[in-house]
Amino acid sequence: MSVVSLEGVSKEFGQGGVVAVQAIDLEIGEREFVSLIGPSGCGKSTLLRIIGDLIQPTRGEVTVKGKTAHRARLGRDYGIVFQDAVLFDWRTVAKNISLPLEMMGWDRRKRAERVKELVDLVELTGFEGHHPWQLSGGMQQRVSIARALSFNPALLLMDEPFGALDEMTRERLNLELLRIWEASGSTVVFVTHSISEAVFLSTRVVVMSARPGRVVGVLDVDLAQPRTADMREEPRFAELIRDVRRLLRRGGGFDVEEPTPTGEEDYIVAEERLR
Amino acid sequence: MVAMALKRVGMLTLVLAALCGLWEGFKWVGETTGLKLGAFVVNDRTLPHLHDIFGQLFEPSRRNGPMLIEVLWDAALFTAKEAAVGFALGASIGFGLGVILAHSRLLQRGFLPYIVASQTIPILAIAPMVVVWMGGRGFPDWFSVSVISAYLTFFPVAINTLRGLTSADPRALELMRSYAAGPLQILWKVRIPSSLPFLFAAFKISATASVVGAIIGELPASIQDGLGGAILNFNQYYATSPPSLWATNLIAALLGIAFFLIVVVAERIVVRRAPEHVA
Repeated sequence: MSVVSLEGVSKEFGQGGVVAVQAIDLEIGEREFVSLIGPSGCGKSTLLRIIGDLIQPTRGEVTVKGKTAHRARLGRDYGIVFQDAVLFDWRTVAKNISLPLEMMGWDRRKRAERVKELVDLVELTGFEGHHPWQLSGGMQQRVSIARALSFNPALLLMDEPFGALDEMTRERLNLELLRIWEASGSTVVFVTHSISEAVFLSTRVVVMSARPGRVVGVLDVDLAQPRTADMREEPRFAELIRDVRRLLRRGGGFDVEEPTPTGEEDYIVAEERLR
Repeated sequence: MVAMALKRVGMLTLVLAALCGLWEGFKWVGETTGLKLGAFVVNDRTLPHLHDIFGQLFEPSRRNGPMLIEVLWDAALFTAKEAAVGFALGASIGFGLGVILAHSRLLQRGFLPYIVASQTIPILAIAPMVVVWMGGRGFPDWFSVSVISAYLTFFPVAINTLRGLTSADPRALELMRSYAAGPLQILWKVRIPSSLPFLFAAFKISATASVVGAIIGELPASIQDGLGGAILNFNQYYATSPPSLWATNLIAALLGIAFFLIVVVAERIVVRRAPEHVA
């Protein structure tokens, strides 16, 4: 059974205004790790928010674990991680992680047990009593991931979670995320700008076109599991990256690491800045 | 830490000394040159010596009476009670209004202009009506003064509560939505904690305003026991004893500062956000 099923999903902003995503059909199976990649403004974050019932599609059906997205949200099926950690300054690491559990009425002892498990999982043992501003960006993002996983949601929605981090931290957290994914048994939908990140992490990569966002192609990533850092140097990894690039180019987008020489990227970048 | 504290105390003392020097220096220059600014002439009546003002505090307030500082201390306590009750009343009403308005744009549009308008009416125009109205309903006079003080207090609190509650990170609100949190949980866990810096900024303004409100409120209420009464009284005797009024003003200012400092201390205890003093 698929965990997420999108049928003809479109979203327009304003009255007959900008079409953010158009006619998206997508099935995501259990324990999959699916990346959404595309040029800036292609609506991949919008699509993620539609899946998470944070915005409503103009047309189309969203089904999550056999329910509507709305029911799935009320059933607490989503763990969300944004580009910024969005931690609460006035709460310690432990209290940030246990916030969703407080909402859900877990008692103090069960919360403490769960927080301990999660702190171990994201390797922040010893930092439970720290406040967010005392942590590095990478550590903050790990707290944010632990918080999203705290209530064992069926689906982890991640919106460029490592986009604000430096390359070294990013690669380390990629490996950690895979380990966490393995251990937690959840399904992940992952929005990213980075082709190599998408290929390295995913079981499938969904490539989207420039606005209006459509699915240009879906690529199965046949690298062995579990992934290791060395795989980045395998010929197959390079081939997959080339394939994603080709799809991106076909979608009229430019890719981040190698812009197409159309001058279009200036337009898109300027637009992104305006947003 | 100790060095920091010493530096602060040193700076405060330095500024205070400079201000005193400015006062006495201006007085000395004014008197020796016979400086005239319109009708303003510098002499012991318009600008008493600082040591005379301080000295006056320890003189009898009237023949064979208690020292002035004892009289003013009692008056300050009386006014402090009015102001504290007024502050509590105004802050609660302001906070409640802010919470309600933060949850409805419609109410915001409807009420906000009137809340703003309420502050354009001079307090002196409202105070006598409050005294008559409250007095007629059997409230003690000092409570009328608290209500007048609350009238000045509630406004900054209401505006800043509204601003603070709506300042919460929209993504934090999205996260709360994803946890299927109810409006009360969102208010309590996210909106109110996010609003605290705004709230305390308002409390600081309101704390001093509540003292001013209480002093002004005492005038139409004809209350003799507070600082307002003392100011009115010594105003009448200004010709014979200028330092008495200055000394009263000094005590009134100290009361306002005390209120302010209480809020600062409360903020230190309550607000835990990325503070500059954490390494």
